[in-house]
Order: sequence, then C-alpha cells, then structure tokens
Amino acid sequence: MVLGRLLRDDRGGQAMLAVLLLVAVLVPILNLVVPEGNPWHVSTYTVTLLGKYLTYALLAVAVDLVWGYLGILSLGHAAFFGLGGYAMGMYLMRQIGDRGVYGHPVLPDFMVFLNWTELPWFWQGFDMFWFAVLMAILVPGVLAFVFGYLAFRSRVTGVYLSIMTQALTYALMLAFFRNEMGFGGNNGLTDFKDILGFDLTNDTTRIGLFLASALTLALGYLACRFIVTSRLGRVAVAIRDAEARTRFIGYRVDHVKLAIFTFSAMLAGIAGALYVPQVGIINPGEFSPLNSIELVIWVAIGGRATLYGAVIGAVLVNYGKTYFTGAFPEAWLFALGALFVLVTLFLPKGIAGLFSQAVTWWRVRRPRERTARVTP
Amino acid sequence: MNPAARKPVEQLRESMRRDRQWRFMYSTLDLELDVSQGVILYLEGLHVSFDGFKAINDLNFYVNAGELRCVIGPNGAGKTTMMDIITGKTRPDGGTASFGRSIDLLQLSEPEIAALGIGRKFQKPTVFESHTVFQNLELAMAGDKRVFPTLFARLTGEQRDRIHEVLTTIGLQELLDQDAGALSHGQKQWLEIGMLLMQDPQLLLVDEPVAGMTHQEMDRTAELLLSLEGRHSVVVVEHDMDFVRSIAKRVTVLHQGAVLAEGSMDEVQNDPRVIEVYLGE
Repeated sequence: MVLGRLLRDDRGGQAMLAVLLLVAVLVPILNLVVPEGNPWHVSTYTVTLLGKYLTYALLAVAVDLVWGYLGILSLGHAAFFGLGGYAMGMYLMRQIGDRGVYGHPVLPDFMVFLNWTELPWFWQGFDMFWFAVLMAILVPGVLAFVFGYLAFRSRVTGVYLSIMTQALTYALMLAFFRNEMGFGGNNGLTDFKDILGFDLTNDTTRIGLFLASALTLALGYLACRFIVTSRLGRVAVAIRDAEARTRFIGYRVDHVKLAIFTFSAMLAGIAGALYVPQVGIINPGEFSPLNSIELVIWVAIGGRATLYGAVIGAVLVNYGKTYFTGAFPEAWLFALGALFVLVTLFLPKGIAGLFSQAVTWWRVRRPRERTARVTP
Repeated sequence: MNPAARKPVEQLRESMRRDRQWRFMYSTLDLELDVSQGVILYLEGLHVSFDGFKAINDLNFYVNAGELRCVIGPNGAGKTTMMDIITGKTRPDGGTASFGRSIDLLQLSEPEIAALGIGRKFQKPTVFESHTVFQNLELAMAGDKRVFPTLFARLTGEQRDRIHEVLTTIGLQELLDQDAGALSHGQKQWLEIGMLLMQDPQLLLVDEPVAGMTHQEMDRTAELLLSLEGRHSVVVVEHDMDFVRSIAKRVTVLHQGAVLAEGSMDEVQNDPRVIEVYLGE
C-alpha cells in the first residue's frame, strides 16, 4: 500500500524498478544455470560490472536528491561515497588476517611495511561486519552534518557552496594520500580475500553482492521517493525555487537542508560500501574532484529532479565509459564532454525529460481522454 | 518632537500616565490577543527618522477588529515605513505599537510577529512556481513546521476543507491542480493572499494589491478583499483611487509621516487639506 503511494504518478520509477527486478532475476540464472559455452551465458565479469553500475546508480540518486530537489549542487559527493568505501575496505582488510604477504595475524600488510607494531585506534572494531556497515553510514553522515551545519547556518548557497564541497573532497584526497594517515596511502586498501566468510572470487559471492546492490538501490530509491513525495519534499523544492519565501512562511530552511543533505551523504556512504567488495580496491583516487563532477554529469544526462533519471544516467554513462575506454581509450573524455554538451543543448531535462515528453505527446494525441482527466 | 531630545521629566511623566501598562508587570509569554475594546491595532505617537528625514512623525493610527481599512497618501508619506514597524522590520525611535490591548509589537522579532497572526503581502508576488496552487496553500498552512513532523505530515480532512475554503475565497478552485508558475499575474496575487489566509492571520497587511492588474482582475481583487471583512482585519495600502473607492468604507490619508485625514471616501476627497496635498497649491 505504501509502495503504491510512493510510485503513483511515477511511471519512470515503476518502469525502472520493473527492469531492475527483471535483471536481478535473470542475471543470476544466466550466470549460474546457463553453461559457459551458451551464447546466453552472462560472465561473472559482467555480473560484477553490473553490480558496480548499480552502486553508481544509488550514488546518483543520492546526488539527485540534493541537487534536483533541494537545489544544492554538491561537487563533493564522491567524498561520502569514498568514506563509505573505506569503512568497508577496512573490514575486508581485517578479514585477510594472517593470509597477507607478511603473514602478520592482525596488522594489514601496509602497516607491517611501515614498521607499525600495533593497530591504530581507528582501526579497532572493523573486524566486525556490523560495525563496518554502521561506520560506512555514520562517518559520511557525521561529516555531512558538521559540514552542512556550518554552511547552511551561515547561509552559504549556490556556487560558493559547490566550491566548498569540491574543496572538501580535494582535502580528503590529499589527506588519504598520506601514508601516516593509516589508510594505505597511495595504494589504498586492496587484496581482499573474503566477506562474511564467503570467498570474494567465488561466482556465488559475486551474485550475492550484485543482488545486495540491486536490493539496496531499490530501497534507496523508495526512501528518496518517500522524502520527495512527502510535504518535506515539497518544502525542499520550495527552498530550491524561492528560499527566502520559504523562510518567510515559517520553515527552518537550514534544518531542512541539513536533514536532507545528511541523509543523502549516508546513502552515498552505503553505495560506497557496496562498491568496494565488487571492485576489489579503494584508494584516494575515489576522492578526486573529477569523480564528483562526473557523477553530477550522470544526473544531468539522466534528468535532474527525476530520481529514476539519475539511475538511467549513471548506468548509461558508465556503460559508455566501459565500452569507450576499452574500444577507444583516448576518445572517452571527448565522448563524455560531447554527450554533456549535446544533452544540455537538446535535452535540458535529460533522458527522463525525453521520456515524459513522449508521454505528453501521446496524451495530446488523444484529446478526449485528456479533457476527461482535467476535472478534479 | 524627537524623543531623543525629550527631557527625562517628560519621559517619566509619560511612563506614569494612568493608561500605561508597565511591561515588567506582565509576563512576556502572555501573548493572548485582547480585542475587548474592539481595536486590534494601536499605533500611538510613533516617530521614525532616517538620517534626519522624518519618515514617521507623531503617527496615531487605530484599526478596529474585522475592519477593512485603506491607507492612501503621496509618495514618501510613510505608508511602507508604517507597515515595516508593524511587522517588526523597522524599529521606531519613539512611541508605542501594540497588537490588541496587551501585545507590545516593539518587543517582538519579525518571525514572532508573523507567528502571532500578522500577515503581510508584499508588492511583488512570490509563489512556488513548480508547485500546484493546492500545494502552495498546503505549504503555507499554519502548523508544526519542523523537519520530522513535516516529513510525516498527512493532510487531515479538516485541513483539506480549510484549503478548499481558501481556494473558494480566492476564486482559484478551478485551478487547484495547475502549476503556480502558469498563473497570470493577477492570479498569483490572489494565490499569495490565499497563502496569507492559510496562516490564519488576525491582521492582514496588503501592499499595493492591484499594481499591474487589468480592470477585470481589479474587480475580482476588490470582491476578494471585501469578502475578508469581518473575519480578518485588513489594512490595504494602494495608489489606485478607483480601486480604493470600490472597497473602502474608511480611508486614512497619510502625509509627511502623520495622519492628515480619516473618514469615508467622500469626506476625505472633499477635505481641502487632502485636495491641497494631492493637487498642489
């Protein structure tokens, strides 16, 4: 019943979730049941790739929530994604145990290499899965809360806020590059063996991670729909369009922004935590400002302020990236740039806008039904 | 007379007057609106000067509960400054302003005054363009506006009825599902008045409601404001004389920061001082 309310008037979301369900059912069957020689077989490599796209899609949904509905252009969301990823990476590092190159029972390889003798305090507790997951959500959440509290209370908006978020992710990148930080420096965290006792190289583990990503994307999407369709969502759009007026009506604009921004950062953290076990590595490159900008482009191409558009944009652009970087490695950035320019020029509402234009066009073709629909 | 220049003795005499209520004698939290005398707004002996220019000069102005009052006056007469004092935007140099008999407006901040039930419509309408007319009214509705109550808020039947009532009042019930951005200028003005009404104000301050409107829209605005009479007290500041004539029972003419004349439209129009101010000597 709640599901019906969230997805009413959301044709795109219904279609997106239906496709997601279909993929989540078909891909495991095609990977595990269909034998390898068969043309219908889906390789484990592809499964992992799809799983990665789904975590990107969740990240794009989080960005769309703050940019599309609240008007905050965050150019630092990859920072929250990266922090979530590091929390999961730390758990996976601890899981390696004494199977590392140096065979130390507790310390990860890079710490042995640095001649450290004991585990730093902030690595405590990460041998427990639940703790790592909690941290993957809490650390980005707390960072976003503190950052947002300071920024929104001082009424920093627009391009200034965007620059600050960019600076935030850049500062994190520089910090994580340092070996003394205790996060593996330049190389980051890698060489993971297993998660919750399951071997990460195993096909079934890969399928499990893929399904977890699909499920989390669906839940994250619905959570965002819940916010967007609530009165708080309408207040958010009001803030986006006329902030001073919203304040004048009596809403605490800074509180609304802070709540939604923090939620979005937590969602990005969860996406990061799902990303790392599938990709097998997390390094400071994830904090690179370019990543944050790229994910804003996914949302713009998919269609701002349409949640499902963010999913489409993330999956399509990343598929394009995988294809182009394989086929024409030099051409990828040109292709991305061209895509962004073309979409801005001809599809200001993105791919989702094209979709709703088609629906409108279809309705106009049937005027009789339309007049019947107008009366409330 | 500038209050800063007043002698201390006179200030003391002023504060000992028998009709004065001393502020420290009653709790500041007691913000019950008291209109037992039939008057909702008292402005007495107000003074405001900006860099020596006396924008408001010994202004005395009263509004009865449920009254529709028009305020006219040439440019610089102090109309907007008066509104600013009532809503807490400008602090006067001297005088008193109270809402009902007991609430001292000069001690309250802008949001506090708005929460007490004084709503103001500015000249330029600002509505939420990507929301429907209905949603605009829903957002403006009085109620708990903190984050989590807003997240889980559901419209009750009563609230829905209230929105429809206001929609009928402002004449936009046909357009409730239309995006506010697609409304005409006049319709936006009405929607903004509707948003004010959703906050259940006791006193409405309306600044130039018909600027830029067609004659037809003016007539509808007049009907709308007249329909509010009795339920809300309304103060309308307007330049357009035809419009004022069509709605006003009592008109106050401001000139150089003070009340020049007050009465029915006919009385005011035939007042030689008003004619002099408006037509020159």
